[in-house]
Amino acid sequence: MKKFFRRGKGIEFLFLFFALASVFFLAGIVVVLFSSGLLILRTVTLREFILGRYWHPLFYEPPAYGILPIILGSFWVTLGAMCIAIPLGVGAAVYIAEVASPQLKEILKPVIELLGAIPSVVYGFFGVVALAPFIMRLFDLPIGFTALTASILLGLMALPTIVTISEDVISSVPVLYREASYALGATKLETAAKVVFPAAFPGIVTAIILGMGRAIGETMVVMMVAGGSAIIPRSFLQPVRAMTATIGLEMGEAASGSPHMHALFGIGCVLFVLTLLFSIAAERFSIRFRRQVGI
Amino acid sequence: MKKLSMLGLSVPVLSIALAGIFPAQVKAERLVIQGSTTVFPITVATAEAFMRDNPGADISVRGGGSGGGVRALVEGGRIVAQSSRPMRHKEKMTMQAAGRNPVEHTIGLDGMAIIVHPNNLVTGLTMKQVRDIYAGRITDWKDVGGTPGRIVIVSRDIGSGTFGSFVDIVMKKEAIHPGAIFQASSGAVVEAVSGSPHAIGYVGMGFLDERTKAVDVDGISPTVENVVSGIYPISRPLFFYTDGEPRGLAKQYIDFVFSPRGQEIVAEQGFVPVK
Repeated sequence: MKKFFRRGKGIEFLFLFFALASVFFLAGIVVVLFSSGLLILRTVTLREFILGRYWHPLFYEPPAYGILPIILGSFWVTLGAMCIAIPLGVGAAVYIAEVASPQLKEILKPVIELLGAIPSVVYGFFGVVALAPFIMRLFDLPIGFTALTASILLGLMALPTIVTISEDVISSVPVLYREASYALGATKLETAAKVVFPAAFPGIVTAIILGMGRAIGETMVVMMVAGGSAIIPRSFLQPVRAMTATIGLEMGEAASGSPHMHALFGIGCVLFVLTLLFSIAAERFSIRFRRQVGI
Repeated sequence: MKKLSMLGLSVPVLSIALAGIFPAQVKAERLVIQGSTTVFPITVATAEAFMRDNPGADISVRGGGSGGGVRALVEGGRIVAQSSRPMRHKEKMTMQAAGRNPVEHTIGLDGMAIIVHPNNLVTGLTMKQVRDIYAGRITDWKDVGGTPGRIVIVSRDIGSGTFGSFVDIVMKKEAIHPGAIFQASSGAVVEAVSGSPHAIGYVGMGFLDERTKAVDVDGISPTVENVVSGIYPISRPLFFYTDGEPRGLAKQYIDFVFSPRGQEIVAEQGFVPVK
């Protein structure tokens, strides 16, 4: 009996360790990220870093560490991705949860989830060989590597997150709501549009924000198809450079301890703060949803 | 929902953690060569030939760009760095400060070709025209004798030795226009230029094939003979760097690269042998 108890304690501590491991690693990453990233402020002011228009970190004298075009590049591709993923994703979720027959649902859900299982480099490859040439011909552009090309792919990649979570949310709206609505004489469509959707709305917002987090953090695709021009975007049909792609492309050349390396870590900090804000917002909406439908 | 967001968080955390716990560890009988994507085809071809002759040898070749390879060596990695640019003074100093001595091996020469779409009418440019195009002063093909159309500048990313050499030799340290398309590998530059009738790019001569057209620079074609004789204006040496004089497998392999058979492979890959 005593032995059993001891073993139980041991296992408990083991699992406590597992639970704390993530926290520990996260703390480590945050410390490393910010202790290196904030050093860029010894070279340039925060204002010059965030609002500077020129990114010439290497080979040039004097170097310039302005990341405004890069931040805007990330925002543009993410915005574009959401313009594609929100209508498609939420629409698909409503259809699957409310309209589709159980058999169709059995097919649709796994297929959409499979989209999320495709490695991002495969999306990128598809973008380079198929989508970029198509965009180039469609809009008669000099080159197909544009913000739009990256947006379409990122939109596809964010879809599974948005569809899966939205669908779960819509399905978890209590049956009581629907029954009450039917009892008042509402049709299935009216119930979906006027009762279920508003009830599920904060949860759907959570889904969208998590999808945005996926899009803004994605590296491979934007590196392969967005073009990488560090200029302030004025149209979806021009090449842009995202924060993730900048870090991915340039980490190899930056000497450790150099302002360039600190600037790349600084970009990492900006990205971290943004995704953290997304996560906090998603959590807030999630709590509001659960409170609203009483679960 | 909470579960999902936790999952999203813990996967990157785990992979970063693993990368920290298992750095590129090298056993004594294993050789890792890392760095320049330009040198990569030479290294792969010579390593394969070497391993056919010496079945016990285990050589693995990684890309990642010149900067990454040199940095791994500087930071104490037990590797051979392959680089398409010379080691910088600062990098050498850092290594020497740690009591180690970088040794340079020039394994071949590379002419850098200026490439355009095969349908482009332009067959030659001057150095100055190339520089003006990349600096954004010439923006239309009609200004350099081609069919009118906006020039699409394609460049390697700044993490590459090719970029460094291009900026040194062609741009004379002038900035490449930020509106350029930046690609992560020489293959991707060829891909971009072959897909866009208005594009211009630069790659090592080893990457020339029928998908793109190399233009003459100052009237000289990028051929092996012109690089050997020194009249082609954009050429550069390709290097291996070792920590001290190579020993064991590294020495055997580097000796092989310098052997007639090894240098023949260098030429087969489209580069210029040094011996």
